[in-house]
Order: sequence, then C-alpha cells, then structure tokens
Amino acid sequence: MSASTQALSPPHRDPDTRARLGWTLVALVLLWPLLVLAEFRPWALFDAGNLRVMGSFLGGFLPPATSTEFLGYLLDATLETMAIATAGIALALLLAVPLSILSTRALAVSKIGPGPGRLGDRMARAAGRALLTFLRAIPEIVWALMFVRVLGLGPAAGVLALAITYGGMLGKVYTEILESIDTRPARAILEAGGGRFAALAYGLLPNAAQELTSYTVYRWECAVRASVIMGFVGAGGLGQLMDQSMKMLNGGEAATILFVFLVLVLFADSLSATLRRALA
Amino acid sequence: MNETREPCAPRGAADFCLSCVLTCALVAAAVAGSFVYLGIDFGTLFSVGAGADMARFAASFFPPDLEPDFLRKTAYGALQTFAVAMIGTLLAAAAGLLLALPAAGRHGAAAERLSRFLLNLLRSVPELVWATLMVLAAGLGPFAGVLALALHTTGVLGRLFAEAIENAPPQPEQSLLETGSGGVPAFLYGTLPLVWAQSVAYGLYRLEMNIRMAAVLGFVGAGGLGQMLYFHLSIFQQAQAATVLIAMFVLVLAVDALSDRLRAWMGHS
Amino acid sequence: MGFELESAGLTHGNGFRALQRVSLRVGRGERVAVIGPSGAGKTSLIRLLGTALRPTEGRLDVLGANPWRLSAGALRRLRARIGTIHQSPPIPPRLRVVTAIHAGRLGRWPAWKGLLSLLYPVDVAGAHAALARFDLADRLFERCDRLSGGQLQRVGIARVLYQQPDLILADEPVSALDPALADAALGELVAESARSGASLFASLHAVDLALKWFPRIIGLRGGEVVFDLPTARLTDSMLHELYAAEGAMLPVQARDAAAGATTDPEADAKVIRLDTSRGR
Repeated sequence: MSASTQALSPPHRDPDTRARLGWTLVALVLLWPLLVLAEFRPWALFDAGNLRVMGSFLGGFLPPATSTEFLGYLLDATLETMAIATAGIALALLLAVPLSILSTRALAVSKIGPGPGRLGDRMARAAGRALLTFLRAIPEIVWALMFVRVLGLGPAAGVLALAITYGGMLGKVYTEILESIDTRPARAILEAGGGRFAALAYGLLPNAAQELTSYTVYRWECAVRASVIMGFVGAGGLGQLMDQSMKMLNGGEAATILFVFLVLVLFADSLSATLRRALA
Repeated sequence: MNETREPCAPRGAADFCLSCVLTCALVAAAVAGSFVYLGIDFGTLFSVGAGADMARFAASFFPPDLEPDFLRKTAYGALQTFAVAMIGTLLAAAAGLLLALPAAGRHGAAAERLSRFLLNLLRSVPELVWATLMVLAAGLGPFAGVLALALHTTGVLGRLFAEAIENAPPQPEQSLLETGSGGVPAFLYGTLPLVWAQSVAYGLYRLEMNIRMAAVLGFVGAGGLGQMLYFHLSIFQQAQAATVLIAMFVLVLAVDALSDRLRAWMGHS
Repeated sequence: MGFELESAGLTHGNGFRALQRVSLRVGRGERVAVIGPSGAGKTSLIRLLGTALRPTEGRLDVLGANPWRLSAGALRRLRARIGTIHQSPPIPPRLRVVTAIHAGRLGRWPAWKGLLSLLYPVDVAGAHAALARFDLADRLFERCDRLSGGQLQRVGIARVLYQQPDLILADEPVSALDPALADAALGELVAESARSGASLFASLHAVDLALKWFPRIIGLRGGEVVFDLPTARLTDSMLHELYAAEGAMLPVQARDAAAGATTDPEADAKVIRLDTSRGR
C-alpha cells in the first residue's frame, strides 16, 4: 500500500502556516494599542509611593476593627443592604409582572385568529418588549449614580436602581418562562372566551409558578451583591461604608467589612439555595 | 386502583400547605420590614414635585453633547474601556489556566485545596471592590481597572477551566505519558485540545460581561467611560453624561454582536 | 531482548484477577500474536508490558530493565522505547493529523521541540512518510475529527511507527478496519518490525490474521496462558478449545482476505455475521 503514495513528494510546508502567522500578526498589532490604551504598566505596582500606600493599608487589615461603635454601624449597614435588595426586588416585581403579562405571546388573544384589536395587541407586545430591553440595558450602578444625583445619598437611589434594572431582567425572563411551558391550557381558556388573567391564573401559573419563584429567589441573591456594589456610588448599605473606609485608608475597617460582605454573600447563597430546594 | 392510596385529586386551592403559608407570610413580612427599615418616604418620592424634579433632571440629558471635540474624547474613553476589558480578560484567561491545573487536582491534594481556595477568594470579591483596592495599589487610571477585572475573572475562569479539565477524558494524555512524554507536552497534546474550544467560549462570554463591568469600574477611578460619566455627572454636565451613556450602550451592543459572530464562526470550523 | 515475564499476575483494585502465573519470553525482533476470547486478559497483558499497569505479583522485565525499579527519568526513557497501539486511538478530535503523529515522538524530543511543533510542525516529511504507509498521506493536515473510525485507527498505528520504538505493543490494532485494509496494515507493522528489528507483540481477535502474519502464537484464556507455540505446530482443535465458550466458529477477519479476494461481496457478509456472533 505504500509504493504508490511514497512516490509523491511530501509537502514542504504546512498549508495553515500563512493563516496562523497572519492571525498572530493581527493579534500582536491589535494588542499593542490596547496595552497602550489600558495604560498597562505593571511596574506601577512596585512604585515606591504605591507600595507604601498599599502596604500601610494592607498592614492596617490586622487587626480588623472591632469597636462597638463601628460594629453598630456595620450591623446597620448590613441590614440596610439586605433591605435594599428585598425592597428593590419587590418594586421590580411591580414593574416586571404587568410588563411580562403584556408582552408574552402565550396570552395573546390575537394569536387565536383574526379579530378586532389584533394590530393593537401586537404593538403593545412589541412596546412591552422594547421597554424591558431598555430597562435592563443600563447597569444598575449607572442608574444608582444618576438617582443619587437627584435623590441625594442614601438607600432610596439603590432601591429605585434595582427596581428598574431587575424589573427589566425579571420581566424578560418571566416572559420567556411563560412561553416555554405548555401553553395549550391557556390557549384553551382564551379560545373559550376567558380573559387574559383567567388564562394566566388557571392556564399558565400552575405549571410555571415553581420556575418563576425559583428565578425570583435567584435574582434576590444577585440583588444582595448588587446593593453592596451600588453603595460605592453612595446608594447606602455596606458598599457605602466600605467606600468611606477605603477613602480614609482605614484598613482595619475595610477588613471587617470585606469579611462581613463575604459572609453575607455566602448567607444569601445558601438561603436562596434552601428556598429553591424547598420549592422544588 | 388501590383503595388505601390517596385519591388522585389535582392539587388546587383546596390543598392547604402550612409551610407554604408560613413561607409566604415570612416573605411578606421581610418585604414590609425592608420598606419600614429603609424609611424611604415614598409619598414625597412619587409626589408631583419629585416627579417634576425627576423629569427636569431627565430632560437635562437632552440634547446630548455632540461637539466633535467631546465626541473624540468619548470615543477614546470607549476604546479605553474596551482595552481594559480585553487585557483584563486575557490576563485572567492565562492566570486562570495556570491555576486551573492544580485546581483540577493534577499536582496533589494540597495544591488542589490551596488553588481552589484562592480561586474562590478571587471570585467572591466583586470587580468594583477589587478596583478600589487596585486604585490604591497601582494608582488612578485604567491599569487599576485591568487588574481588578483580571483578579475577579481569574477566579471565575479558573474554576470553569478546572471543571473542563477534570471532565476531559484522561486517555489521550495518559497514553502520551506512557510513551515517555514529559508532563507539559503531554498536557498540551493530550488534554488541551479537548478543552480548548470550550475554554475559548467561556472566555468570550466573560469578555462580554467584562465590557459592561469595565464601563462602570471608572466610578472608583479606574479610567474609561465610567470615569467620564462619574466626572460629568458630579459637575452637573448631563449633556456630556448623555453622550457617554450612549457610547456605553453602543459599545456593549457592538461587542455582543462581535462575540456572537466569533462564536458562530468557531462553531463552524 | 524484548521482554520477559516470570509467573506474573495482575489483580485489579476491585479484586478481579486479570492475569495469573503468566511466564513469557519474547526476544528482540520476535513477532508474537496473542489470541483468546473476550475477557481473556489480552488488554491487561498489553498494558502490563506497556508499563501502564504494575504487576501485582511475579517479575516483569522490559527491554532489559525492570521498569518499576527505575528512577522517574530512566522510566521515561524506557517508555519512549515502547510504542503501544490502542484499540481506539486516544487522539483528541480537534488535533490535526500531523500533530497527532508528532505526539508519538514526545518521549524522544526535548520539551522545546514538542512545544514548537504545536505552533509549526517540525517534521512534516517524517509524518508524511509514516502516513503514506497507510494510504493516508493526503490527510496530513486534516483534523482528526474529520476522519472515519478506520482512518483514525490507522493514524494511531502510524503514530507508533513514527515513534520508532524498540518494542511495539498492539491491542487489537486493526479492529475497525475492513479485511483488506486490516491485512495491509498488519503487513506494514510486520515489515516495520523486520526493518527496524523491533519486537512486535499484538493481540488479535481475528485468528486468521494471527496465523498469517505471526510465527508464534500465544493463547490466553481466563488470565492464563493456554498455549505458546510456533504457528506451524498449532492445531485446529487447540484453537477450537481456546474459543470453546464462544461457540463453534472461530473468530476470523475474512476467510478470503488472506488470499486477497476481498472484492467478493460474500466475504463482507461473512464478516458481518461473524461480528454479530461475537456479540460486539
């Protein structure tokens, strides 16, 4: 079997070489300006001034701050963070539920067949979807930054920012969940002349309730993290406290807050996991 | 049907479930408690006066500042944000791969536990918190953002890579070790080709998220569009802020579209 | 010397005795086939000789050394001299054929050469020559997942020939090939052994191929050597006894393959019937 093919001379070059070389060059040519733009200067880490600042800050981590007064602030901020997340999700639901009912195809009367109001129905659905997209396109921390400008420092900005972004996210996912389950019961109710809410309550919710709740609980867990982060722009809670400690280069306080933050996130994780397991 | 079994009635309103009612009550109490604790005065928040304030604030964003000079500055900020996300993700992919090897249990139990702990730690601290720390370590500017993204993303990608490596079939690498190959070449020829495609997909997905993140890291001084937005909002230049917001929006959409294309292309080849 | 086993045994972790009291001596350049019913311990024996498994009792000596008394470096050098052909080639699907072939020499190459070859194939001509012996030279730069099962198995064989080992171990190396290709591929293995003086030790399911290409045959059943004879002294009744548990027919690749009359559609039909009768 070898005699016939061995007569052919072997190829001298890998045919992929040119492409590989080309892409490597392109990558290098692109990488250079990116490094310049990002002001990539690893040696800045070893700059004497920076080292001193960071060193004394990290050195201050030990011992963590444990004064009663500070712990009182900390407890207050932690509760505030949880409250912001919970209230934000509650308001987000007020936004998400009507919008998802409006925009889900599973409840579209017009899908049944031609009839009056078909065009309006479809336009309302499109508008609902567009609004949901817009709401979640901008990160919650940007909303928070802007609300702080209007409402001043404090948790109100965080709650509203969460309500808007998470309203958009929840609304989108609710819409998808309602469309992904078996929609025939709802269709049957609509065809029998039932209203939108009857179709939702008796046709869709029995099948979708568990998934909807589970996703909401998961989003609450994310909201806890988000509400800490939003504190950095002044929207209250743990983040605001951490921002202040860091600006004052108080390592001990920062260490305690970081620790509490990690515990809080773990707690939210396990609480949400427990709740979701209880639902399943 | 067996008479002793429960009748197959559908679960409906008639079914009474104590723990469900309790959970609902607890959740309702938590929500109510939250609002009370925060003490936000929703009366004034949603009053006509506040509404007018809000509307005036929103209106002040229009029209956006479209001066060529400012557009140039915004474009530079957008490019810088993109660069921060790119470099941060690339660094994280490299570091993640390095940490994934011990985390996949290839260098003994002690190394596995240590690297897993490290990855978890990196992952649990959010990017923005890393950014505030890195601003201290590296000074104000986009490089702090690069480091912050890299640290958090290393934790995320390292864990995903480690899982991919653990789940890859071991025979290819094993057979190379049995022909006397060294450990590193055996990994590169035997296991890396198995996890490469999935890892790149993970990296692209993280890149999308990091673009969004890089856009806001500037709030704590890490450069890019975020820093511009923070600056202009703090001196009440909403028109300029509007331009920056539009740029953020466009950047995010562009990168999403780009990585969708890339994924589709990779799926083909 | 090729290898020597002295009352070697292998008990797996779960207590299963895969091999017991196996004593064998295969000289340099010798060609030996091992046959036997499924579960006879053929794969275990190959893996033992390939130093992938360590005998739980008895003595093993491969290429003049006891592999389990060597230092790590010496064991690596010894392993580089042993080439194992696996029944299903352990080649990552996304690897290119040329890279898969080059992987055979990783034990001989310094690390830098192995790394370089990932970027640019360092020995295109060598890989081409190895593939040409199996009619696959035109697949040199294809990705392995574009190959059929039979082509991939031949790439696996070509990789081991490219390795230039002193001992070739083959675990059912032609199980995925049609009769004509199986015969030709075994012919290449035998030719390589004759040319380089490497010992060849192959387990085969098809008795006819073993009889045709190997001067010495070992019968294995239940983990024990039943016979170890020159092919000329092997009798039909010995073979039938070896395969007694698998029914009256001996597993063969194709009766006519040896005569080269594989175009006969009858031959293919026979193979299929035989395959199913083996319960594969």
